[in-house]
Amino acid sequence: MSTLVIKDLHVEIEGKQILKGVNITINTSEIHAIMGPNGTGKSTLASAIMGHPKYEVTQGTIELDGEDVLAMEVDERARAGLFLAMQYPSEISGVTNADFMRSAMNARREEGNEVSLMKFIRELDSKMETLAMDQDMAQRYLNEGFSGGEKKRNEILQMMMIKPTFAVLDEIDSGLDIDALKVVSDGINQMKGENFGCLIITHYQRLLNYITPDHVHVMMQGRVVKSGGPELAHKLEAEGYDWIKAELGIEDETVGQEA
Amino acid sequence: MTVETKLTMTEQDVRSFSASHSEPEEFTNLRVQALAAAEALPLPKPDKTKIINWNFTDFPVHTVQSSTYASLDELPEQVKSIVDTDQKNLYIQHNNTPAYISLDKNLQQQGVILTDIQTAIREHGDLVAKYFMTEAVKAEEHKLTALHAALLNGGMFLYVPKNLAIKNPVQAIFVHDNEEASLFNHALIVADKGSEVTYVENYISTVPKAKGQANIVSEVFAEDNASVTYGAVDVLAEGFTTYVNRRGVAQRDARIEWALGMMNDSDTISDNTTFLIGDNSVGDTKTVVVGRGTQKQNFTTQVIHWGKNSDGQILKHGVMKDSASAIFNGIGKIEHGATKANAEQESRVLMLSPKARGDANPILLIDEDDVTAGHAASVGRVDPLQLYYLMSRGITKQEAERLVIHGFLAPVVNVLPIEGVKKQLTEVIERKVR
Repeated sequence: MSTLVIKDLHVEIEGKQILKGVNITINTSEIHAIMGPNGTGKSTLASAIMGHPKYEVTQGTIELDGEDVLAMEVDERARAGLFLAMQYPSEISGVTNADFMRSAMNARREEGNEVSLMKFIRELDSKMETLAMDQDMAQRYLNEGFSGGEKKRNEILQMMMIKPTFAVLDEIDSGLDIDALKVVSDGINQMKGENFGCLIITHYQRLLNYITPDHVHVMMQGRVVKSGGPELAHKLEAEGYDWIKAELGIEDETVGQEA
Repeated sequence: MTVETKLTMTEQDVRSFSASHSEPEEFTNLRVQALAAAEALPLPKPDKTKIINWNFTDFPVHTVQSSTYASLDELPEQVKSIVDTDQKNLYIQHNNTPAYISLDKNLQQQGVILTDIQTAIREHGDLVAKYFMTEAVKAEEHKLTALHAALLNGGMFLYVPKNLAIKNPVQAIFVHDNEEASLFNHALIVADKGSEVTYVENYISTVPKAKGQANIVSEVFAEDNASVTYGAVDVLAEGFTTYVNRRGVAQRDARIEWALGMMNDSDTISDNTTFLIGDNSVGDTKTVVVGRGTQKQNFTTQVIHWGKNSDGQILKHGVMKDSASAIFNGIGKIEHGATKANAEQESRVLMLSPKARGDANPILLIDEDDVTAGHAASVGRVDPLQLYYLMSRGITKQEAERLVIHGFLAPVVNVLPIEGVKKQLTEVIERKVR
């Protein structure tokens, strides 16, 4: 079993404090969902875990099986087992999707032990089928000219090919129609198992109709303010966030505000 | 070999060189006149690069004698690797010496001419007289074109007769392996009405240094409804002063497409101009460049529209590292009367080190109302968010940069029609950006 421990995490972007002490522990075989209205710091948490260059951790720790994640470069974090499905993935002209994914897979292997082309193509084909992606997307340039939905599927495709220990999915459901939501959920559910843990960031409950989380956390004002089981997501769906705000005496849930 | 530094060639030198190649009198006269004109003519003025102190005139010797290749097995390894095994239409020049030639028998029978330029001057005088430095590039334009005409010492001629489409590419390789050599080299390509051809040339130095001049001119003629695809990979050694002028003239419904990989290690001035003379003609120019060391370069790409409904596309991508500098001038010019013409261009420069310099300079000159035109230009570093994205998949920073750079230069690599040349350009890019 692997464990990702986030302790007292404080993060700034361009001098502005966004996260003000986040604590979450995720084990493999668990699926966690982080919910919350817009502007409460959810995506900042995702970016800070992966090491986005604009986000500065000012306090707190992230450890993966006791290893200091914050001391690692972005690529080292990835090779240590972390993955982030991004909300706005970059477009890279001239680099085909397939070449990129092979480079990513080979980055985890020793020189001379690269994944064979045949095996790679077979696996890519089958995963693309799961995600109902056109085969020609493998030869298109990375994210260039992809629709919003194609980009999301492509993020999940990468996750399925790379097979990380922990995946953070940053609003993977936004902009997806119901059919796309189903195939993306199928992809994520295929990953479930004792060697995989997942942190799903969303502000819609509907994704959780297809993926059942073990733990649900609510973020407000840059902190996790409430945690619970799957029933918490249902309650949020039914009643919204106001009852939590009332319970905690929060008037404005966004990060600019102090409790 | 004797090394004698000549600052200039005299009229007598030019006459005797011409005589030694049994050139017709008109051609000798053309040389002599050009030589006389060269004295007084000014250097060209590439926008934003001062070349007044560049040395375009000194060279150790005018011509060197080099061996011919009896078979492709005799080629140096570096050269062998850029010739595909099934390459049927091939001209190889060894410094100034025509060294190997082959042309598909069927094509010969159908009237295709592929030969070295000297043979063309002797044996195809009419065609040469009609096209050589008459329309696309003129000897009296400036000092360098005049010197080119006067001192021409190599090159190749390709003629494709009417309505013939040549399926397999024609390849020309200009091998430079003698430090003393200078290349006053000319490629003349004539695609007659309704014909189609793909031509790929390599200028390749197999020695690290050069002491001479590379004064290169290519002229491409696409007659009515003809189509010419022109690929080039230039890898000339440091020490040359390189002037390379590639121009095309497209008549009605004709099409000229350029894919130029400009990978010289020498200081280089490049002029690539397409004249869209005929209605509905198309000119498409793609250029990629890598500059390194203390290289200074200037790349001027022009498409000049005369024909109605003509379409001109310019794409230029340059990568600059170390203290290299380069100017990328893109000129779309639409003449009066060229209604419905479309002139588009994109110039992008990627800077890999703080001392590198690059400037994208888009220019639209439009003398007609009913046209469309556009340009995009950018100069900058590798996007940190692209690197972040690639690295977040476990790819090292170095490899991520490599991917971005190769992707940036892919527009030319991907369209080169000869596998060996495509691979060569990829490897040269790899070597230069490392």
